[in-house]
Order: sequence, then C-alpha cells, then structure tokens
Amino acid sequence: MAGEAPANSTEYISHHLKHLSVGEGFWTWHVDTIFMSVLLGLATIWMFWSAARKATPGVPGKWQAFVEIVVEFVDTQVKEVFHLDRRFLAPLALTIFVWVFLMNAMDLLPLDLPGTIASWFGIHYWRVVPTADANTTFAMSITVLVIVIFYSFKAKGAGGFMHELFTAPFGANPLLWIPNFVLNIVELLSKPISLAMRLFGNMYAGELVFMLIALLGATWAGFNFASVSSMLGQVLMGSAWAIFHILIITLQAFIFMVLTIVYTAMATEHH
Amino acid sequence: MEQYIAQIQSFTALGLGLIIGLGAIGACIGIGIMGSKFLEAAARQPELIPTLQGRMFLLVGLIDAAFLIGVALAMFFAFANPLLASFQG
Repeated sequence: MAGEAPANSTEYISHHLKHLSVGEGFWTWHVDTIFMSVLLGLATIWMFWSAARKATPGVPGKWQAFVEIVVEFVDTQVKEVFHLDRRFLAPLALTIFVWVFLMNAMDLLPLDLPGTIASWFGIHYWRVVPTADANTTFAMSITVLVIVIFYSFKAKGAGGFMHELFTAPFGANPLLWIPNFVLNIVELLSKPISLAMRLFGNMYAGELVFMLIALLGATWAGFNFASVSSMLGQVLMGSAWAIFHILIITLQAFIFMVLTIVYTAMATEHH
Repeated sequence: MEQYIAQIQSFTALGLGLIIGLGAIGACIGIGIMGSKFLEAAARQPELIPTLQGRMFLLVGLIDAAFLIGVALAMFFAFANPLLASFQG
C-alpha cells in the first residue's frame, strides 16, 4: 500500500476487504485466494511427505512425533464414528484439518504486512486468509456434499438411497413421499451451507475485528496523549483478540473436520 | 437525495445493532446452559472430564456459528452496504 494513504477509516477497511480479482460477474477469479490456498495446500502436503520420508521405527524425532500425534488424533475421531473402510476418510479428514488450520492461521499475520509485501511487486490488493473468502469455504463444503452423496450410494446402493429419500423419516405410505423428500432435500442442502457459512463467518468476522483494532493504531498524530493511548489500546486489544483467535482458528478447523466425518458416517447408516 | 441516503444508512445501523445484539443473546444463553450442564456432569463424574471437555468445545463452535454468521453479514452491511449501491452506482 505504498503511495496513497487512505482518506478515512471506511476507506481503509474497504481497501483491506477487496480481493485481487480478475474478470467480472460470475467469472471473477480471486487470484489472491487461489494462490494462498494452493500455497498452503502444498505446505500441508510437504509437511506430511517430509515426515513420512524421514520416519524411523526406532525412537522418533520431534517432527515425526508431532505428525504422529496429529495423525493419531484424527484417526481416533474417524474410528469412533465411521465403521466402514476408513482408508479414504481418515486422510481426507487429516487434510481438511491441517489445511483449514493453516489457512485460518494466516489471519494472525499483521494486517498491513501482506499488503506491504504485495506492493513491492506492484499488487495493490491482497487478502491473505483464503477461508475468509466464501468461495473457498463453499468449494470445500460442496466437495464434502459430493463425498457424502457418493458414500450414500456406496453404502445403500442406488435403489436403497432412492427408497430412503422418499420414505425416511415418516414412513412408506405414498402420501408421505413428498414431505419425506422435501425434508431429506432440506437436510442434505443445509449441511454444506451451514458448514461453509460457519467457517466463513468466523474468519471474516475475526479479520474485520483485526481491521477495526488496527484503525486505532492508524490514527497516529505525533506524541500526544490521544495517539499514545490509542496505540497502547491497539497493542493490548490486538494481543487479546489474537490470543482468543488462536482458539477460534483451531476450533473451526476441528469442527469442519468432525462434521465432515459425522456427515459421512451418517450417510452410511441404514434406517 | 441525501435524505434517502441518510434514511438507508440509519435503518442499516439499527438493523446491524439488532443482528449483533439478538445473536449475542442467543449464543450467550446457549453456551451458559451448556456450560452449566458440563460443570454439573464434571462434578458428578470427574473421570469423564476429558471426554466431555472435547465435546463441549465442539458444541461451543456449533452454538457460536449462527451468531458469527450474523456478525459477518452485519459487518458486510456496515462497510459495503449493497442497499446504498443503487444510489452510488
């Protein structure tokens, strides 16, 4: 953001809320979101690949021990709920947990740091938290919906799945087919929507509170009482909110993972 | 003209206060009830505390979800009000 200083606080915040986008309307690509999510996805893959490459059956090193803790944690979660072959679901849950956690953790970077670095390359907008973009969260939750439907077909068969769509939960009477179907469709659609909106809302609101706190420090006008106290207030409140946000970041990644596992497990249960 | 803009802005501000306030009431009462049940259960059966604590954090995230979605929408209206867009298009 070298060069133009924002004229007032609303402009500061609006500037920080703009994505680096290419195209318009339906075909807008948020280049910054795509770049950050791919970069952090590669970081996730690298993390596990490097641990697997150097893994020893003897006394584990610190990195291997850490990765083993994470893998075992996720595997316990999957084992408790899902009773079919979990060789696909457990790595999926692990990927979701670590990837969403890394993407959320980008929120802890200082607010103007990515913008300053981006301005060295001539880029004027760079939003660094991919999960604060509804596109990312909806992409992930729609993928989860597809996986859930796939597992429904796999566990119950095409005929069984159709039968259940029309006869659960009220009963098999033909008069109840429409209420059953409507209820099942609502249930099926509400899962990805709530999954996406929960993560998006948490991250977007968190980012916005960081921006509002940063505004306090942006009103520096020399060493007078007002400026010094605002700067002190910004440091204190920023620290408090960042510490609270560490909890929120981990919690939201954990919730996304657990709900993915639970929805998939529910899809494989027969009624 | 400014009158219409002022009207939209004032109603938006009132709406934002309601969204955040009512959402906070619901979320806080919900977490209060859940927390009190957790403390009761922890007092009755201390050996269950680790299991229950994990589930409790999961529920905190789920209960806070609707409130935070409301906050996100309210913030969106605060800084990029689409209702004003037709006047400043």
